[in-house]
This record gives sequence, structure tokens and C-alpha cells, in this order.
Amino acid sequence: MKRLLIATAALLAATAAGHAQAYPTKPITMVVPFAAGGPTDIVARIVSEHMSRTLGQQIVVENVAGAGGTTGTTRTAQAAPDGYNIMMGHMGTHGAAPALYPNLKYDPTKDFETVGMAAGTPILIVARRDLPPKDLKEFMAYAKQQNDKLNEAHAGVGSVSHTTCVMLNVQLGIKPTAVPYKGTGPALNDLVSGQVDFMCDQIVNLVEQIKAGSIKAYAVATPERSPALPDVPTTKEAGMPEYQVSAWNAIFAPKGTPDAITAKLNDALVKALTDETTKKRLLDLGGVLPDEKGRTREALKTFVAAEVARWTPVLKQAGVTAN
Amino acid sequence: MDLFANLALGFSTVLKLVDVNVPLLGVMPLPVNILLCFIGCLIGTLIGVLPGVGPIATIAILLPITFGLDPTGALIMLAGIYYGAQYGGSTTAILVNIPGEATSVVTTLDGHQMAKQGRAGVALGIAALGSFFAGCVATLVIAALGLPLTKLALLFGPAEYFSLMVMGLVFAVVLARGSVVKALAMIVLGLLLSTVGTDLESGQERLTMGLQDLSDGVDFAVLAMGLFGFAEILRNIESPETRDVVRGSIGRLLPSMADLKQSFWPVVRGTGLGAILGILPGNGAVLGPFASYTLEKKIAKDPRRFGRGAIEGVAGPESANNAGAQTAFIPLLTLGIPPNAVMALMVGAMTIHGIIPGPQVMTKNPNLFWGMVVSMWIGNLMLLIINLPLVGLWVKLLKVPYRLMFPAILIFCCIGIYSINNNPSDVLFTAFFGLIGYVLIKFSFEPAPLLLGFVLGKLMEEKLRQALILSRGSFSTFIERPVSAGLLVVAAIMLVLALLPSIQKSRDEVFTE
Repeated sequence: MKRLLIATAALLAATAAGHAQAYPTKPITMVVPFAAGGPTDIVARIVSEHMSRTLGQQIVVENVAGAGGTTGTTRTAQAAPDGYNIMMGHMGTHGAAPALYPNLKYDPTKDFETVGMAAGTPILIVARRDLPPKDLKEFMAYAKQQNDKLNEAHAGVGSVSHTTCVMLNVQLGIKPTAVPYKGTGPALNDLVSGQVDFMCDQIVNLVEQIKAGSIKAYAVATPERSPALPDVPTTKEAGMPEYQVSAWNAIFAPKGTPDAITAKLNDALVKALTDETTKKRLLDLGGVLPDEKGRTREALKTFVAAEVARWTPVLKQAGVTAN
Repeated sequence: MDLFANLALGFSTVLKLVDVNVPLLGVMPLPVNILLCFIGCLIGTLIGVLPGVGPIATIAILLPITFGLDPTGALIMLAGIYYGAQYGGSTTAILVNIPGEATSVVTTLDGHQMAKQGRAGVALGIAALGSFFAGCVATLVIAALGLPLTKLALLFGPAEYFSLMVMGLVFAVVLARGSVVKALAMIVLGLLLSTVGTDLESGQERLTMGLQDLSDGVDFAVLAMGLFGFAEILRNIESPETRDVVRGSIGRLLPSMADLKQSFWPVVRGTGLGAILGILPGNGAVLGPFASYTLEKKIAKDPRRFGRGAIEGVAGPESANNAGAQTAFIPLLTLGIPPNAVMALMVGAMTIHGIIPGPQVMTKNPNLFWGMVVSMWIGNLMLLIINLPLVGLWVKLLKVPYRLMFPAILIFCCIGIYSINNNPSDVLFTAFFGLIGYVLIKFSFEPAPLLLGFVLGKLMEEKLRQALILSRGSFSTFIERPVSAGLLVVAAIMLVLALLPSIQKSRDEVFTE
């Protein structure tokens, strides 16, 4: 009897190992918790295309939008941890969400296995083209003096443009009047036409408008200038070094996904990020790719914990919740 | 003139021969962009016809397939899907009374009545011809006036938008076939339904009853498929004889000269209205068909024919619908700002292909811009060629026994709804609205004003609050801004014009009964 048990256990272990080795044997679903066509969706599609080639199986991007990305994230958290359910999470779903949604059904730090960082998109501070301040220093003074007379546009409570602007306002100690829009498109429309004064958003949404001069950029909130907009200074150069935010996108799997599988996925992700064509496509969007240290599964785990710890007090202080 | 040089560039882009390695046949030069345009139009027509499967889901699904194509070809195909769906959508609205999109709600009113009278072929034919005319004109508008018209989109701030929506509400009153009071009740119900979901400003959930699936509100397709699709099926199963009317006589397949003559001006007016409203940001295009229907009903000699199979009620709105679908590309191509959800997806498609949309697309990628413009005209021609022969086939579909037809419609509706958000609970909500729709039909409340109230409500609340935040709570902003004030005045005049005859008519009806 005992021998039989040992034999069974050995067999099970062997098949488990065999599974991990054979993985993947069928298409993998990658949930993107936002609508198709948005910045996270674009990163997911570019990265997953190359990953599919490495893994030898198609990665199917499935857009499960809703509730600021938490609907799709909840679904992945509760999905089978077999390596066929993964997701592209981002700064909102795995950083700001715990503070925004008190009834959140998942814990970003506990309910996921980390696969790896894909790409970040820097945040820019932009303003309507005829707003008086010429640079960030002038804007800081102007914003403090104007305070609630200033109109800030954002793409809805909990969106990247909202939370990153909350961070800016808290750090500057200002309370501008927030004008909520449904999405970046309409917000940008009213910024271009001068109805609102300023906003913060991801570089990919803004880069062409800035180049055309229909809006102006004060600073990019990353340590280094973006190659997509080499003339725009960093917040550090422009006088507000503490404002460092990025809308990062990273791949997660449900808790309990075998180690061998997340390792394989991470390997495919790293190969995608080092591939020249894929890299160029991400960089053309203004994306920032993680360095070698930042690409590991452990680095992402530490990073997510730090992000949750960073966003929670800021959003609590500003009194922002989404339900 | 520049325009001709640009159009020539567009034609050369679209007609360009590319050496393609065809399996079995070897390398041969093919006009790839034309083929892609055709494929897009064909797919568009098909998904337009299938109830529930919309262009958004289709474009999202097909996006990865376009990775291997060059960006111009990919965008030509995706655009073809979008405006092709507008053609196909009218087919379902006319034949089975299901609006695939907000813009085809109006077509159900008279289009389906025409089908019931055995004039389905005529309705489909005039929809296709009207759409073709509108598509051609709108393409010219984009080519010639795209840049100056961009200013129109920028002229519309939140206050102007709110006033435009108020005008839209007046259309809803005019839409009503029967009692004005019942129509008003439906509009208000629609407005209320539109407030379900997360509050824009505070992030609080409203009327969601704690259901997470309602936190983003009710989706238009869910509501429309329920109120029209499911409810219509319930009603038809209850009384099979009404279906036999549609099945019994088919009548002529294509519009007669008299039909064409009657439709000519409605098509022209519809095209104009649709083209202007399509340019506005925030999905102004949905108002086009409603505005056209209102106009036609108001200027008709006998407005009573409307809702009972008036051909103008199909010709005008269908043209407006297609013109709007086309001019909606103007803000995308000249400003780089998407005016609606489908265009937002096109932004994604362009971005994935390495072309980040912005005000400079036209100067930086003239091949893409003019190629797309020209492909739209060619696409419209293709759609006419695809659709006219299909009219006979669609009409024959009506001969299929209803007991075979409704399970198919039901399944397609369910697949379509599921494909919007990949969310099973959406299908359940549709079934729920189906029951509501059935009850409403039984009490002779009309679903069309409810849907319009719903569509306008979402935009109206958003714009009202934005306008009031910007004016720091002062309502005078709506009359201080000239464009906004003008729109409100027009709305007031239309309301008076709309209510006077309806009140008289309802009195007439009381007397005749």
C-alpha cells in the first residue's frame, strides 16, 4: 500500500513537472482590464505578440473593462492558476486600487504571482497653450496663487490622469477645481480648445498634440527625458524632483500559478523586451522599458508593494474614493 | 488645385499594386488596399446584419490580425468595417425590428412598418442608395473641408454640448407615434436609466443595488437588444399571425421612380444634418438620424404617415446615419482626438501601427490620410454593389418560418452582447430588459423615446456638470455663450412646434374614438 502511494506521488510529481515542461499546450488568455485601444491594451498587444512566438502558443488578449480596471483584475485573481490565465495589470489596478475601492475583492500584493514589468509610460504635466506660466516653476507659483480658480481636467475618478494629478496637487498643496470627463479623448479636446487649464496624462496620449503646439508641456515625471519629447524637461530639472510617477504596465498571474510557469512566462517577456522590433515599437510610444534588474519577477513583487504603500496615504489624504 | 493633387495621391495609394506571394500561384502584383477595403466592407456588412455584434467588438478582435499589414491597408480595412456596419445595421432594423446601434433606432420605426406592408425590399434599397449618396458627399466634405471644420469641434465646449442635448430631447418628443404623455414618461425613464453606475465626479455608485456589474452603468447594446430584440421575439411568439404579414407579400425588390423622387430631398437633408452632427466630439453622430426624422416629420404634408411606413422616415435617417459615420473621422484625422468609442479604437489601431494620431497626421502621413479618404468613397461604392444584390436574399430570409428564425436571432443577440465586455451578466441583463420591453409593448409604451433619453442622458449629465463646474455653478453660462444660447432657442421653438399639433392630434383622436 505504502509503495503504491509513493508510486502515485512520484507519478503525480512527474506529470506536474511534465506539465510545466510542456506548457503551454493551448492558447493563453491575457486579460486587459481596459477597453481595446487604450495605452495598456496597446502595450499588451505589442508585448504578447512577441511572447506568443517564443512560447509557441497564441496569447489571446481579452478586454474585460469596467470599474477602473478592477472587474478584469478580480476575474484574473479568481481564475484557475494554471498558467493559461494571465493579465496586464497597471498602476491603477495594482497600485492605487486598494485606496480607491474600499470593497476591492482582491489584494494586489497577496492574490497574484508576478511575471514581470512590461513597460511604463511617463506622465506629463500639460496645459492649454495660452496659460500664462512658461515653465514648471512659474506654473507652481501660478497654481498656488490661483488655487481653485484653476481648472484641472481628468478622465474620470480612479483613472491614471486623475490619480497622478491628485499626487501633484497634494505635493504642491493646491486644490484646483477638478473637471471630470469620460476618457482622455474628451478631456484632451477641451484642453486643446482652452475650456480647461491643465491636466496630467500618459505621454502616448499627448505627444503629437505637444509637437503640433496645440497644448504645452511643463515637465515629464521621470528621472530622464523622454526620447519622444527631448525638449521637455524632467520634473527634477524643472524644480519639482519629488514628483515621480509613471503609468507602469506589468504581467500578473493568479496566486498559486506554478513557479516553473511564471519563470517561463517571464523568460518570454524578457525576450520580447530585448527584441529590437518590439523594443522600438514600445519606445516609439514614449514607453520606458525596465532595466535588467527591473525585469525579474522578484523586482515586480517588491515594486507592487512599494506602489500600494505610496499611493494609499496620498489618495486617503486627498479624500479620493471610487465607491 | 491642391484638392485634386491630394485626391490623386489618395487614388494612387489605394490602387497601388503590391507584390504578394500568393500560395500556389507565386509572386504576383495585387491591389492590396482595394482588397482590404473590400474585405472590411464585407465583414462590416455581415456584423452589421448580425444583431448585437457591433463594430467595436469586431475591430477589437481583428486588430491583432492587422499587425502584419502596412498601416494604411490596416486602417482602410478597419474603417471599412465601421462604415460597412452602418449599412448592414439597417437591414436588421428593417427586417426584424432590432436596432444594432443607437443610430439605427430610428430606422426601426418606419423601416419595419414598411417590411410589414411587404415593402421590405424598397426600404432596404432606399437605405442602401441613401447611404451611398451620403457616403459620397461626406467623403467630399472630409476631403475639401476637413481642416476648417475641425474648428467646429473645438467650438463646442460643455455648455454648447448640453444645449445640443436639450435639443435632442425635443426630437424624442417628436419621435412618438402615440400619446405624448407616454412618450415623455419613456424619455424620463431613459434618462433615469442613464444615471445608473459610478458617479463621474465623486466616484460614488448610484442605483447599482450593490451589483458590481452595474458599476459602469447599463450598456446601450444591452438595453437596445433587450427592449427591441428580446421583447420583439416574445411578442412575435405570442402572436404568430403578425409575422405572416411580413412573410406573405414581398412586393417589389427595388424602389420605383416614385419612391426615389419622394426620397430625394429627405436624403439630401439627412446627409447635411448627419454630416454636421458627425463632426462634433462626444458622439454627436447619434443625433443625426433623430434630427433627420424629426425634420422630415415636421415638414411632411401628412405627418401621420410617419410611424406607419413612410419612406422618408427611412431615407432621411439612413443617410444621416451614414454621413455621420463618415464625418466622425474628421476629429480623428485632423485633430487626433477620437469623438466616440469606435474612433478611440481606431486611435489604438493607428498607435499599434506606429502612427500616433495628432494634428499632424495629414502633413506627416499624407498617404495614409488621403488613402483613407479615397478608400471611403470606393468602399461606399463597394457597399452599394454588395448590398443591392443582397436585398433579394435578405427579403427571402423573411420566408424562413419564425420558429426557426427566432432561436437564431436569440443566439446571435446573446453572442453579440457577450462580445461587448466578455461578461455573462450582460446577457442576463438583456433578458431582464426583454421582459420590461414586453410589458411596455403590452401597455403600448414605445421603446424608441426611452432609448433616445438613455443615450442623451449620459452625455447630458456629464456636460451639464462640466459646464456648471467651469462656470462655478452659474446657470447663466448656457445663455451667455452665443452658440449655446442659439441652440436653446432652436430647441424652444421646436418644442412649441412639436407640442402644438400633437396636442391637437390627441384631441382629434379623442373625438374620433
